[in-house]
Amino acid sequence: MGEMLQVDRIRCDGHGLCAELLPELISLDDWGYPIVKSGPVPEHLSELARRAVDDCPVLALRLASMTAVTLKR
Amino acid sequence: MELIGPSGESLAAHRQRLGPLPALPSGELIAELESSGLLGRGGAGFPVGRKWRAVAERSSGRAVVLANGAEGEPLSRKDRSLMAARPHLVIDGALLAAQAVGADDIIFYIGAEHRAADAAIRHALAERPADIRGRAQIVTAPTGYVSGEESAAVHFVNAGDARPTTTPPRPFERGVGGRPTLVQNVESLALAALIARRGRDWYTDKGRRGGIGMITVSGAVNRAGVQEVDFGSTMGDAAAAAGGLRGDAQAVLLGGYFGGWADVDEQWGLPLDPRSMRARGLALGCGVIHFLSADSCGVEATTRIMAYLASQSARQCGPCVFGLPAIAEATQRLATRSPQKDDLDRIVRWSGQLVGRGACHHPDGAVGLIRSALQLFADDFAQHQRRRCLSVSRPERVAVA
Repeated sequence: MGEMLQVDRIRCDGHGLCAELLPELISLDDWGYPIVKSGPVPEHLSELARRAVDDCPVLALRLASMTAVTLKR
Repeated sequence: MELIGPSGESLAAHRQRLGPLPALPSGELIAELESSGLLGRGGAGFPVGRKWRAVAERSSGRAVVLANGAEGEPLSRKDRSLMAARPHLVIDGALLAAQAVGADDIIFYIGAEHRAADAAIRHALAERPADIRGRAQIVTAPTGYVSGEESAAVHFVNAGDARPTTTPPRPFERGVGGRPTLVQNVESLALAALIARRGRDWYTDKGRRGGIGMITVSGAVNRAGVQEVDFGSTMGDAAAAAGGLRGDAQAVLLGGYFGGWADVDEQWGLPLDPRSMRARGLALGCGVIHFLSADSCGVEATTRIMAYLASQSARQCGPCVFGLPAIAEATQRLATRSPQKDDLDRIVRWSGQLVGRGACHHPDGAVGLIRSALQLFADDFAQHQRRRCLSVSRPERVAVA
């Protein structure tokens, strides 16, 4: 089952580390806040995604399973 | 008129008009609401029955009902007028909801400026027996556009902070005091109380498209105010009921500040039911219909709304904190015909980037508004980028948004 990157927008301070580690999926807007590509994280990037999650200085990034996300709304 | 009337209907008058509250088994009422198709009337239009069921499934008898009468939308008056006129119907709805979802506590969350509404609910509660009074409390919602957002309402009751929180958990999972909480707009509750008494067929047989609701009509009309409409009636009917248009209107704002601008002629025959509107890419939202007069400038009117929405950010999420003011300021420069070279392009780019990037839907709503403006007032925006304005009476006149 696929996983998806989620940003806790209240926590995120725009450090931008995630976009450095994972430019394939995360870019930054004009103010340095992440724009995450929608959809599941491709298999070959899952290791990097996990690292981006672990390295976020304010723990604002997480990997959520796709089912949990679709049930949310 | 079911939802409109003179101020402060007494319990006796309310009972005489509608009869007693029926005692329906929980599951039955929820099923009735689901098949009635009733959609929430706070703005988002979420199905009411489904929301009740989600709370009921988690409650174990200790859920909370939060009747949402914050009504922070600047162009809306319908919730406060409903609470002021039919307080007992709102209370009935909250009691039914509490029974159906298994809640022991009821909170009436009423906007600080809605004094008549607050007084009417207070007075109406005093007319109710002690066991009901003991379960109910009134909480005054601080002024502000986001105070009524459901996680913000719960946050305020829990911690005195009316800013949205990160979801999940959503209020139906963990809300007031950590308990499953039904946050429901007061008009939705009042409609639920009518459906409980008269059955879903009464509701779905209303008008040509099934359903009734309250709207607030303002702007270039002769008699601005709150109306009760059935969903078969059109935008043109609403304008007529408001005494007709004052002069010509060049555009209409549908659904409030989180709604969008639309063409008056194109939508004149638009049925005011949430589903028909959605099919046309529009939203009834909280029921705001605001006509922009012919001599106003669409760019200017949009600027005022964007400036307001930017100022109402809870200032928690970067994209909203920085993105909305940036859009508002660029729009402002365009409105005053002193734009920077790429202002129009930047507004387009920024508004494409903000959707879904807040803890709540504040940036989404604001972006929806500016995008509808860019579409409907495309010529005006293009001219403003060239420091010209298409409206006739420029530049001092300030339209009322």
